[in-house]
Amino acid sequence: MKDGIAIEMRDVVKQFGEVVAVDHVNMNIRDGEFFSMLGPSGCGKTTSLRMIAGFEYPSAGEICLNGQPIGHTPPFQRNVNTVFQSYALFPHMTVAENVAFGLEMKKVPKADIARRVNEALDMVRLTGYDERKPRQLSGGQQQRVALARALVNHPDVLLLDEPLGALDLKLRKEMQLELKGLQERVGITFIYVTHDQEEALTMSDRIAVMSGGKVLQIGSPTEIYERPTCRFVADFIGESNFVTGRVSHSDATQADVTTSDGLLLRGQCMALLSEGAEAMISIRPEKAHLTSQEPSAGTPNVFPVTVERVSYIGSDTRILVRLGQERSFSVWEQNTRSTVDRDAYWQQGEQGYLSWPVENALVLTE
Amino acid sequence: MAVETIPAPKRRENGLLRLLRRSERVQVGALLGPGLFWLVLFFAVPLLVIVLYSFLTPGPTGAVIWTFTLNNYARLFTESLFVNAYWRSLWIGVVTTVICLLVGFPLALFIVQRTPRWRSVLIFLVLIPFWTNFLVRTYAWMLILNNNGLINTLLQSLGFERQTLLNTTGAVLIGLIYGELPFMVLPIYASLDRFDFTLLEAASDLGANRTRGFLRVMLPLTMPGVAAGSVLVFIPTVGQFVVSDLLGGAKVDLLGNLLQRLFTRSNPPNWPLGSAMALIFMFVLTVAVIFYFRVTTESDR
Repeated sequence: MKDGIAIEMRDVVKQFGEVVAVDHVNMNIRDGEFFSMLGPSGCGKTTSLRMIAGFEYPSAGEICLNGQPIGHTPPFQRNVNTVFQSYALFPHMTVAENVAFGLEMKKVPKADIARRVNEALDMVRLTGYDERKPRQLSGGQQQRVALARALVNHPDVLLLDEPLGALDLKLRKEMQLELKGLQERVGITFIYVTHDQEEALTMSDRIAVMSGGKVLQIGSPTEIYERPTCRFVADFIGESNFVTGRVSHSDATQADVTTSDGLLLRGQCMALLSEGAEAMISIRPEKAHLTSQEPSAGTPNVFPVTVERVSYIGSDTRILVRLGQERSFSVWEQNTRSTVDRDAYWQQGEQGYLSWPVENALVLTE
Repeated sequence: MAVETIPAPKRRENGLLRLLRRSERVQVGALLGPGLFWLVLFFAVPLLVIVLYSFLTPGPTGAVIWTFTLNNYARLFTESLFVNAYWRSLWIGVVTTVICLLVGFPLALFIVQRTPRWRSVLIFLVLIPFWTNFLVRTYAWMLILNNNGLINTLLQSLGFERQTLLNTTGAVLIGLIYGELPFMVLPIYASLDRFDFTLLEAASDLGANRTRGFLRVMLPLTMPGVAAGSVLVFIPTVGQFVVSDLLGGAKVDLLGNLLQRLFTRSNPPNWPLGSAMALIFMFVLTVAVIFYFRVTTESDR
């Protein structure tokens, strides 16, 4: 079971009338991992989650839990539990009754129910709240009851549908760490849906980035951030500069892109690219440098630029420079020195040199 | 020089307005006054009259003899004519309410799960009967159910025998259920409209099949609608006399029919007995309703 595949989605399609919400999605979610589905609204992540839970059945394709097909099994027959975005706590029951519900459905003996409910409430730090009703709890507390109610059943997989969306920023950050810690302690596979990329990067072992019903890339947070395979992923996660042009030269690891205004940019690529192909080069702002002195000859990717705008964020400075005729390029510099001297910071109108190491740029063809 | 002095405002006029403005009690009294007056005149006073009459003796000409007696109440609890009427009325009330529930809840559920446009259309259809006179609709049922009516004509054309459908308990039930159904559907619809269907998904996720999801989650949370609908159906049904008269004839005698007869149709009319019956009737219903609401709605709601 360990190191096995907990959930497999094989060529899954979900159509609502004319709309294709999930378009031939393939995913292998490993046992015990914290797996996130990330993407903008309407990308198909929630529909995919609902199909794993059983609230929707696939129009085509198959979904397997630990090797067994469950695509058309009703939710109450799957050993999978969900934490809903709105928590969906039963308002007419107490916290204890809510948490006990799944155990009652499985006809667990009463004494065991009481013990397991207490354990579950301890795990989410809500001991003593048994007799309260949901409306007497804060948002964060309700969320923890929803968690306890799901986990008490020892499901094979726990599904979480944007559970932190309704919480304020500080509470959300706390809960992110708590959830991650909980998952590591309990060891159950978590499948987490979110549109917040920072959340996904912080908590996940692996992330599936989705858009328009398709899975664009699956990888670890580092892989997704440092090696996006297409423009959408590079753009959706973090920030990036994109310069478009055509491939003027390429080998298996590097490629040159020439822009319409004659700039030659060099970056990494995943495979040999055909010359003349349309491509774009992606450089993240923190990976480019701005210097006042011209870098030594032979350094690739050196461009004279003029500073357009400077934003002082405190911990870093964000500088917008003009590259070529009409292009704006963003560079982020960390404020590693503690000085209030104005000359130490870039000013609008200053001239400088933009450069980046080849390995800091990616050449993408999509 | 004639300096015209403006005469000081009459103290009396200003006094009332000043009193109104200053005293909150008087303001409240002025607002409640008309309503209370109406209530007292048209409800409390008649009620007291009925209470009074229930203890008087009926006279041979229909007028009332001012001799106080408990005989009316004694008769009502002992004579079989009356006792049978109670049980029959109660039974019909319960059966009507139960059938309205069994038909009304699924209907309301169906409507609530449609798209908004269809919902309006369907609710409109449920309400249409209210636009026609209740008596006229009941007469329509007579036309449908009588020996030469719609149903019998259809049955005969299919080769079946004529059935006696009118002047039966069944006919009365049909008439009552037909008339009362909207009163059951609408409160339940209102409850279901506020119901969060995600809760059913949560119940399903936690292992409840559809039946258990309904019994453990949906029903408890829509109880207010169910209770309201049940009361709105039960009370008028128990006191019914129009439907039981037209569709049941002399064969189905309910409380309402007896009451009507005692006050109007008997020769001579027996107001004291009628008043006593009305009072017992009111008392029983009030107790039943209080009990029903206690049992079905949460105490801390």
